[in-house]
Amino acid sequence: MDFDYGPEVEAFRAEVRDWLEANLPAGQEDSIRETFAGDERDTFMRDWEAKLRDAGYIGIAWPKEYGGRGLSTLELLVFNEEMVKARAPQRLNFFGEGLVGPTIMQWGTEDQKKEFLPKILSGEHVWCQGFSEPNAGSDLASLATKAELDGDEWVITGQKVWTTVAQYANWCFVLARTDPEAKKHEGISYLLVPMDQPGIEVRPLKQMTGDSEFNEVFFDEARCPAENVIGGVNNGWKVAMTTLGFERGGSVTTSYLRFSRELRRVIEIAQKFGKTKDPLVRQDLASHFTEVEIMRYSGYRTLTSVLAGKPPGPESSISKLYWSEYHQRVLKTMMDIRGLDGEIIEGEGYELDQFQYAYLFGRSEVIYAGTSQIQRNIIGERVLGLPREPKPEKSLSS
Amino acid sequence: MNFAFSDEQEELKKSARRFCEEQYSSETVRRIMETESGVDEELWTRMAQELGWQAMIIPEEYGGAGFGYIELIVLMEEMGRAVVAAPFFSTVCLAANTLLVAGSDEQKQELLPGIAEGTRIATLALTEESGRWDADGVMATYSKNGGDYTLNGKKMYVVDGHTANTIIVAARAEGSTGEDGVSLFVVDAEASGLSRRPLQTMDQTRKQAEVTLDGVSVAGSALVGEEGNAWLAVTKVMDLASVALAAEQVGGAQMCLDMSVDYAKVRVQFGRPIGSFQAIKHKCADMLVEVESAKSAAYYAGWAAREDNEELPITAPLAKAYCSEAYFHCAAENIQIHGGIGFTWEHDAHLYFKRAKSSELMLGDPSYHRELLAQRIGL
Repeated sequence: MDFDYGPEVEAFRAEVRDWLEANLPAGQEDSIRETFAGDERDTFMRDWEAKLRDAGYIGIAWPKEYGGRGLSTLELLVFNEEMVKARAPQRLNFFGEGLVGPTIMQWGTEDQKKEFLPKILSGEHVWCQGFSEPNAGSDLASLATKAELDGDEWVITGQKVWTTVAQYANWCFVLARTDPEAKKHEGISYLLVPMDQPGIEVRPLKQMTGDSEFNEVFFDEARCPAENVIGGVNNGWKVAMTTLGFERGGSVTTSYLRFSRELRRVIEIAQKFGKTKDPLVRQDLASHFTEVEIMRYSGYRTLTSVLAGKPPGPESSISKLYWSEYHQRVLKTMMDIRGLDGEIIEGEGYELDQFQYAYLFGRSEVIYAGTSQIQRNIIGERVLGLPREPKPEKSLSS
Repeated sequence: MNFAFSDEQEELKKSARRFCEEQYSSETVRRIMETESGVDEELWTRMAQELGWQAMIIPEEYGGAGFGYIELIVLMEEMGRAVVAAPFFSTVCLAANTLLVAGSDEQKQELLPGIAEGTRIATLALTEESGRWDADGVMATYSKNGGDYTLNGKKMYVVDGHTANTIIVAARAEGSTGEDGVSLFVVDAEASGLSRRPLQTMDQTRKQAEVTLDGVSVAGSALVGEEGNAWLAVTKVMDLASVALAAEQVGGAQMCLDMSVDYAKVRVQFGRPIGSFQAIKHKCADMLVEVESAKSAAYYAGWAAREDNEELPITAPLAKAYCSEAYFHCAAENIQIHGGIGFTWEHDAHLYFKRAKSSELMLGDPSYHRELLAQRIGL
């Protein structure tokens, strides 16, 4: 056992740290809401993405043949660590670089790779994810958006929901039903669809935070070229599972940094309000500290298996369940410590401070990318090998 | 960057599991737990002489094998998995650690070789009737007569205190309070004025005793570390023992999960295996999350103990608090998932439940360790 990243990686860390210090302007992740009003925030996010790209920090772990820097997983991790430590905002093109890009690398044809991968890196394509639907949330495979071939184009009709960054995106990776006769997992295709066309409408969804990060996306005979299917027609479920694996596992080695910083702030608040003498608060804070440290240790274990070449598997459900459930607990403590101070919104409109925002947003974390209940099903069935729920008798709708 | 056991450590783990499964079967553990001594001499000797387990963390110069703490936690995890009934925790994790942390070269030369070869059972007598694990819990006293010391008081909950050949006793200078004045003494179990009484324990796989010191006289050479200034060493020993116990708890928790999952796959009610019901499946999933988290904590703490670095005082109470609760929860859920059969004496579930509780309280309960942690992170 050792926890040393080695001199080369540490040299890269120093490079990233220096660059961030020089280039990350005012407007850090946890103050960005307080620094910028809505439109300014959008501009800031786009400018920041361009800055990262110009400095060569987009696609650092992608292979060189696809335009990446070809650095190692460890270097990517160190980059992410430094981004979090510097409190840099979340990446705008996470869905492109982190999800659809790797999915195309794994499943795409040579032509698809040549067409799409460079444009993710150049920022020409900003991606959003079209998976969930109003009637297909946890039971994603029952999705109803359909795509039919019309000559050399797919014609897509249906509705997607909870689509993050759809307001910035010009491309969407969409799961659509391409064979209505097949069993529900077997008639789905993974399509790449341009957003800028008359058949697509994006409507922001106002969340309980007052913000609109999520959207509804309506497809009304939207079109994309027939060749824009990844992994073969009617094979989209398998491809989607790859993408979800990246989504569920992506933050496992860096999330502790974010949570550890947040916890330090919570402790500061407790000290400010004179609550650290309360034995119950001390128990809670020590408990939260324990859980955040375990995130770090578990992150090292996951990293070790990633470095040994093992792909992310259903085990990533363990970390998703762990951190999202932890977050509910620490945010509750934070609100308890603040008391009614936590209720008061300073300033104009419904502009929450970072903890109020985190407290409300936290509710989405045990839902998105698979609810805690779905994660427990995955852990039970795919990690522990427990039997699946028997299929219900043929229901009226199917 | 590598947070995994080495190939050799994985081999050790496999051979430890084999030995525990073959030699400390449920039948054997139950036979041993019915005895007053709680030790099977023959198995204890084999453990030392064939496998070298008691010698694991003892340096070669004192007759040991000279391995580090990671090898010890590998063994503890496997012994926890089988609820091994033997005086290993007392002899190695408490007594040998105390000598390694604070003992003089002469004391190590005198006592460690016997521990390593399995001929000496030893323990640490820290707690008393109050059951406190802090310095205030030490009420037994010593007084100095020339070069010798005289010990008086009653030590309680002394793990394997009734079978130990050597008892390291914590006592304080008459009139002292708090951490000041606490000293450690090596006392021979046969010393005049020392009497001991085995206590009936709910967890029969780990025995405890009452040790009464009535004017026990020991030579100056029995003093471990500096006179009146041993609390720092005790703290370090508690950290090291906590790490070992956390690893043992991981093994027990994993076994409870395995038993639960195996049973949930085969037990059929309402025409389907109970593991197909989400009520059961989600319990098992939560247990797995806890077991994996407990492993991360115990293994990382094991590394910090091996390195003896500044993280040890943080990770030790952290791991002890977390692994204690994880084990207890898994042991309780194991009974629940088994239903009525899990409540019987015949089923092994109660052995784990009882060990989980006794080890949760041993060295201080989770709240105690969280408070320690809170202090150590500057809260």
